[in-house]
Amino acid sequence: MNLNATFISGRTVNQGCNLENKTSQAYFDAAAYCEMNSKDASSLGVEPGNNVKVTTDHGSVVVPMAICDGNPDGLVFIPMGPWANAVVDPDTKGCGMPGFKGISAVVEPTDEKAPTMPELMARLK
Amino acid sequence: MIIKDVLCPFCGCLCDDLAVEVENNKVVDVKHACKIGASKIMGHDRIKAPMMRDDKNGEFREVSYDEAINESAKILANSKRPLLYGWASGLCEMMAKGILLNEEVGGIIDNTASVCHGPSVLGVHEKGLPTGTLGQFANRADLVVFWGCNPVQAHPRHMSRYSVFNKGFFASKGRRSRKVVVFDVRKTDTAEMADEYVQVNPGEDYIVMSALRAIIADKADVVPDSVGGVPKEKLVELGEAMKGAKYGMVYFGMGLTQSRGKYKNIDNAVSLITELNAHGKHSILPMRGHYNVTGFGQVCAWETGFANAVDMSRGIPYYNPGETCSNDLLMREEIDSAMIIAGDAGAHFPAQSIARMSKVPVIQVDPFHNPTTEMANIVIPTKVSGVELEGTAYRMDSVSLRMRKLVDVDFPSDEEVLDKIIAKVREIKGASS
Repeated sequence: MNLNATFISGRTVNQGCNLENKTSQAYFDAAAYCEMNSKDASSLGVEPGNNVKVTTDHGSVVVPMAICDGNPDGLVFIPMGPWANAVVDPDTKGCGMPGFKGISAVVEPTDEKAPTMPELMARLK
Repeated sequence: MIIKDVLCPFCGCLCDDLAVEVENNKVVDVKHACKIGASKIMGHDRIKAPMMRDDKNGEFREVSYDEAINESAKILANSKRPLLYGWASGLCEMMAKGILLNEEVGGIIDNTASVCHGPSVLGVHEKGLPTGTLGQFANRADLVVFWGCNPVQAHPRHMSRYSVFNKGFFASKGRRSRKVVVFDVRKTDTAEMADEYVQVNPGEDYIVMSALRAIIADKADVVPDSVGGVPKEKLVELGEAMKGAKYGMVYFGMGLTQSRGKYKNIDNAVSLITELNAHGKHSILPMRGHYNVTGFGQVCAWETGFANAVDMSRGIPYYNPGETCSNDLLMREEIDSAMIIAGDAGAHFPAQSIARMSKVPVIQVDPFHNPTTEMANIVIPTKVSGVELEGTAYRMDSVSLRMRKLVDVDFPSDEEVLDKIIAKVREIKGASS
């Protein structure tokens, strides 16, 4: 079962605390997860901490799932950072700003491992 | 030793009431700061020495500052289209040097607003900015709207110092003196603390603002039953509350600048505020992220006439966001080298942009190892501004404040590194002309 979702990214306190600590496990824990509400999580059959794969027209990324019941149905959130940026839209539509929010995404359960920050960057070289 | 009235070099709030305990030239405790500010001032593992490598997949080797600086100058001086990006975690003094370096190399200088409040700058070009200072808002606002921003997570002390919980001259009961409304696509922690949470469909903020403008102009009859996921009756209620406010305040964030409409959302929000000013007093302010991202806009505007994305390849400043912003340049594969300084493009640009940046020589000037380091050929570690170096920064409301130095370190400042690169670039360019 896949979830058709709208993807957004944004700041969090813990992501902020580790902005100058990006090689650490703490940064991974703060920025590498995908939040959705309990209903969407159970429709996917995933528990918090289980990995999900988020795919958009611009890329895909594997991160653990976390619950945020403030999200409406079909809205998924990854904190700003390299994991979120693996799936965002680089097109600025002529105004300089890439599309970091409101991107159509498909979320699915996966057994694949979530990449570390260096692994994620190595893919781009 | 306890140093009082320290300014926090993390976010645009620039909280100026911190107490930092320093023992033997080391920060041992930070009081009054939020969790993020305390984490920043307490410090993290840093890059120990300059490093270089030819192959981005190879190992770095430690080099001297002179070697790293000379090599950086060679790369920049010999590039046709260098990009100088970042700047927001630095002080105004180094920004001025960066703008001078960009002039010397005929490059493009762009700051982190490119992926933050760049669209707000465009919105301001279109409609202006009816705004004020945080002190005015703290003392006066009786209606506080957070639209597409989440200060509980991103600006943790904003609500207690400036906008919501603090008592003010005309808001003597603090929180109880103010009505707080949050517009967002999801129920954030800030929304949990508001009197009203208005859930907007993703990418539909623009039409919600347009509906509010119609209601405020007494044309509610043209508004459909539901707009952007918000029922008309709720919009009418909010429109009346806005009209009835003595001092209405709108703070906005990436929920507007990064979602559909981008700068047009800001344009519409400013129009809403302008029209509300026929009824009461209303202001609007972008919630700026990096502590001195506002400063870059100021310095760049007084040096070049433009706030960001300035192309000096013609020898005169040229500015056209959508053409001269970092991600546009990267996606068109136009740049042939990049200097990333006091900002982390590697972590905060879309992966496809970074994949393009990986194809050109990258110079990083930063105290910390981050995703940009993974893409760099040359890494030059510098002082942490506002902790190890004093200088000027601008708060989110464009008030300039003097950041303080808390400890001494041996690392050079960004400004010193830039001075040396400029001198070397002049030497190389002088020899070749």
